[in-house]
Amino acid sequence: MRVLLVDDEIDYVSTLAERLSFRGIEAQWASCGQDAMKYLETNQYDLAVLDVKMPKIGGIELKKEIEKKYPYMKFIYLTGHGSEDDYQKGVADSVYYLIKPVNIEELVKIMKKTMEENPN
Amino acid sequence: MSIIQYLKPAFLGHPSKDSQVYRHTFNFPKIWKMTVIITAAVTLIPLISITMIDYNVTQKALESEILLRAGRVASNTKRSIDFFLAKHKSVLDFLINDNTFDELNSLNRLTAILSHLRTGFGGFVDIGIINSSGIQIAYAGDYKLQGKDYSRQPWFQKVVEQGVYISDVFLGFRNKPHFVIALKKVYPGKTSESEKTVHSNSAIDSEKAVEPKSGFYILRATIETEHFNDLLSGLALSGMGDAFIINYEGVIQTHSRLHGDVLTKTDIPVPEFSSYTEVKEYQDSRGNINILGYAYIPETNFILMIVKKKAELMRSWYSTRSILILFLAGSITIILGAILSLTTYLVNNLYIADKKSAMAMHRIEYDNKLATIGRLAAGVAHEINNPLAVINEKAGLIKDMFTYQNKYETDEKLIGLADSVISSVKRCGSITHRLLNFARHLEVSVESVNIKKLIQDVLGFLGKEAEYRSIRIVVDIPDNLPDMMCDRGKMQQIFLNLVNNSFSAISSDGTLKIEAKEKNSEFCIITVSDTGCGIKPSDLELIFEPFYTTKSSQGGTGLGLSITYGLVHEAGGYINVESELSKGTRFIVTLPYKHNIVKKEEKACEYS
Repeated sequence: MRVLLVDDEIDYVSTLAERLSFRGIEAQWASCGQDAMKYLETNQYDLAVLDVKMPKIGGIELKKEIEKKYPYMKFIYLTGHGSEDDYQKGVADSVYYLIKPVNIEELVKIMKKTMEENPN
Repeated sequence: MSIIQYLKPAFLGHPSKDSQVYRHTFNFPKIWKMTVIITAAVTLIPLISITMIDYNVTQKALESEILLRAGRVASNTKRSIDFFLAKHKSVLDFLINDNTFDELNSLNRLTAILSHLRTGFGGFVDIGIINSSGIQIAYAGDYKLQGKDYSRQPWFQKVVEQGVYISDVFLGFRNKPHFVIALKKVYPGKTSESEKTVHSNSAIDSEKAVEPKSGFYILRATIETEHFNDLLSGLALSGMGDAFIINYEGVIQTHSRLHGDVLTKTDIPVPEFSSYTEVKEYQDSRGNINILGYAYIPETNFILMIVKKKAELMRSWYSTRSILILFLAGSITIILGAILSLTTYLVNNLYIADKKSAMAMHRIEYDNKLATIGRLAAGVAHEINNPLAVINEKAGLIKDMFTYQNKYETDEKLIGLADSVISSVKRCGSITHRLLNFARHLEVSVESVNIKKLIQDVLGFLGKEAEYRSIRIVVDIPDNLPDMMCDRGKMQQIFLNLVNNSFSAISSDGTLKIEAKEKNSEFCIITVSDTGCGIKPSDLELIFEPFYTTKSSQGGTGLGLSITYGLVHEAGGYINVESELSKGTRFIVTLPYKHNIVKKEEKACEYS
C-alpha cells in the first residue's frame, strides 16, 4: 500500500510518514496541493490522507482534482480544523473524517479498512 | 387555598423575584384596572343617569298627578256644595217672593211649605219667620221655638246687614248639627197697604207695631248637615282620603273620618284664603306628608277640605321604584361581572402571551449563548489539535524508534516517558474531540443516537466535578436499547440540564443514578434520580415554570428545567418529577425513539 500524505504542517506530516514506514506502509508526504499533484504524476499511490484546511487548495477540492485524474484512488480526511461544513461534505463523500490527534494504530486500521471497503 | 386566591389571576401578583430575570412588557395590573374602570364608567354612567332621570320624571309626574286629582276632587265637591247651598237658598228665595208675608205668617201655610220642602228637597228641619225685632213670629217644625227672640244673636245682625246669611254648623236647641239659611225680605211697595194686610191677617197683635218700623222680615230655615255628610262621604277618595268642611276658625262642620269630631277644632292649620281651589302639601303632627285640597265656599264661612295621605297615594310608585332599583342593581351586577370576567380573561391571555414571548426570547438568547460557547470551544479545540497532533506524532516516533529499532530497546524508562507523553496527548485529544463534538451537534438536526453513549458524553463534561465532590454516578442502561432518531444537541441539553440540576441538589457523597429502559416499541423511559435535598411539594408543580428558581441568589435563571421541559415536549415526549424532601428527586423523561423535529427556519419564524 502506497500512501500520499498531504498536510501543510510539515513537522506533523513528515513524522507521520516516518512512523507509517515503521509499520510497513510506504508513505510519501507533500506540504501542499501542488506538490501532491507533482508526486502523483511521477508515482503511483493507492491512498491519499488529506488535510482539509490548507492554504491555496483545501483537502476537499484537492480530492476532486485527484479523483479526476486518478479515479482508482482512495481518500481519508485528517484534520485539526474540521468545521461543521467540511464534516458534512466529508460525510457526504462517504470518506473517513478523522480529527487530530489520532492514534497511529487506529489510523493504520482505518487505512486498511478503506482499502478493503472499495476494492477496485 | 381560598377561593379568592384560586380565582385571582396570576398577573395581579406575580412574585417580585421574577423581575430580576424577566421584565414584563406591560404593567398588567394597571392595564386591568384602567380597562375595568373605563369600561365600567362608559357603560354604567349612562345607565345610572338614565335611570335617575326616569326615576325623577316618573316621580314628579306622579306627584303632580296626585295634586291635580286632589284639586279636581276639591273643585268638583266645592261645586256640589255650592250647588247644594245655592239650591236651598234659591228655594227659600222663591218662597219668600212667592208668598206674601201674610201667607208665610200663617202657621198652616208654613207647615205645608215645610212638609213640601222636606219631600222635595230633604234636609229641612224647620222653617220660621222672624220680624225686624228679631222675634220669631211664625214657626213650623218639631221644636217649640215660636216667639223666640233672636235679636241679640250675631247671625241676625248679619242678615240685617247682608240680606242673606248662611250660618256655621251648630247644635243649638235641637242638639243636632245643623246650619241655618236666612233671607231678608223688605216689604214690597206701599208700606201702609201691607201694614193693613198684616193687620187684618196677622194672628199676633203684638208684632203689628214693630213691622212698619224697619219694613222687613226674615225667612229662616234650618237644614241638617246630614246632607253634607252624605255628599262628602259619598266621594270615593283614594289614599285614605278624608273630605269634610271646616269654618274659618278651623272647627269641623261635617263628619270627618280622621281629623276630629264635629264641632271640635281640627288639627289641620286653616289654609289661607283663596277664591280658587288650591292644593298644597303639609306635614301633620306625626310627620306624615299629606295632600290638602281646599276651597273657600263663597258667601259662607265654610272651607271644603280634601285630605289624602301622600304615602298611600305613592304606594304604586314605591313598587315601581323598587322594581326600577332592582333592575338597576341587577344590570350593574351583570355589567360589572361581564366587564370583570372579560377583562380578566383578556389581560390574563395577554399576560400569558407576554410570558411566552419573553420565554422564547430567553431561549433564543440561551441557544445563542450556547452556540457562541460552542464555537469558542471548537475554535480553541481546533487550535490546540494541530500542535497536539505534532506532539503526538513526535512522541509516537520516539516510541516507534524504541520499539522498531533495537538500539534503545532495553531502556524502559525512555519508553515509559514517551508513553506518558502519548497518554497525556490522548487525554487532551479526548477533551478537544468532545468539545468539537459538542459544538458540531449544536447545529445538526436529526441523527441516530445511542442513548448510552449520549449519557456518557454528558457525564463526561461533569465527571471531574463529580470526582471532586465524591458523588457516585451509576449508569444503568442496557446495551440493547435501540438508537434514537433525534437531535443530539437537544438531547445533550436535556440531560445536561437534568444532571446539572441534580448536582446542585446533591451534597457530597450523594449518588446520581441514570437509568434507561424500554417502555414500548415507540417510547423509552430515562430516569435521572439523585439523593439530594429534594423539592418542597408546594414547589413541585412550579419547577417547570419559566423563571421559577430557588437559586436566584446563586445566579439561577429559572430557565434550565423549563427549557428541558420545552425540549422534551418539542420532541414529543413528556417529563415527570417525583420528590421527597431531604431524600431525593427523580426526573422521569419519556421520549419517543423517533423525535418530532422542528426545522430551524420554522422555529425562527415562530420566535419573531
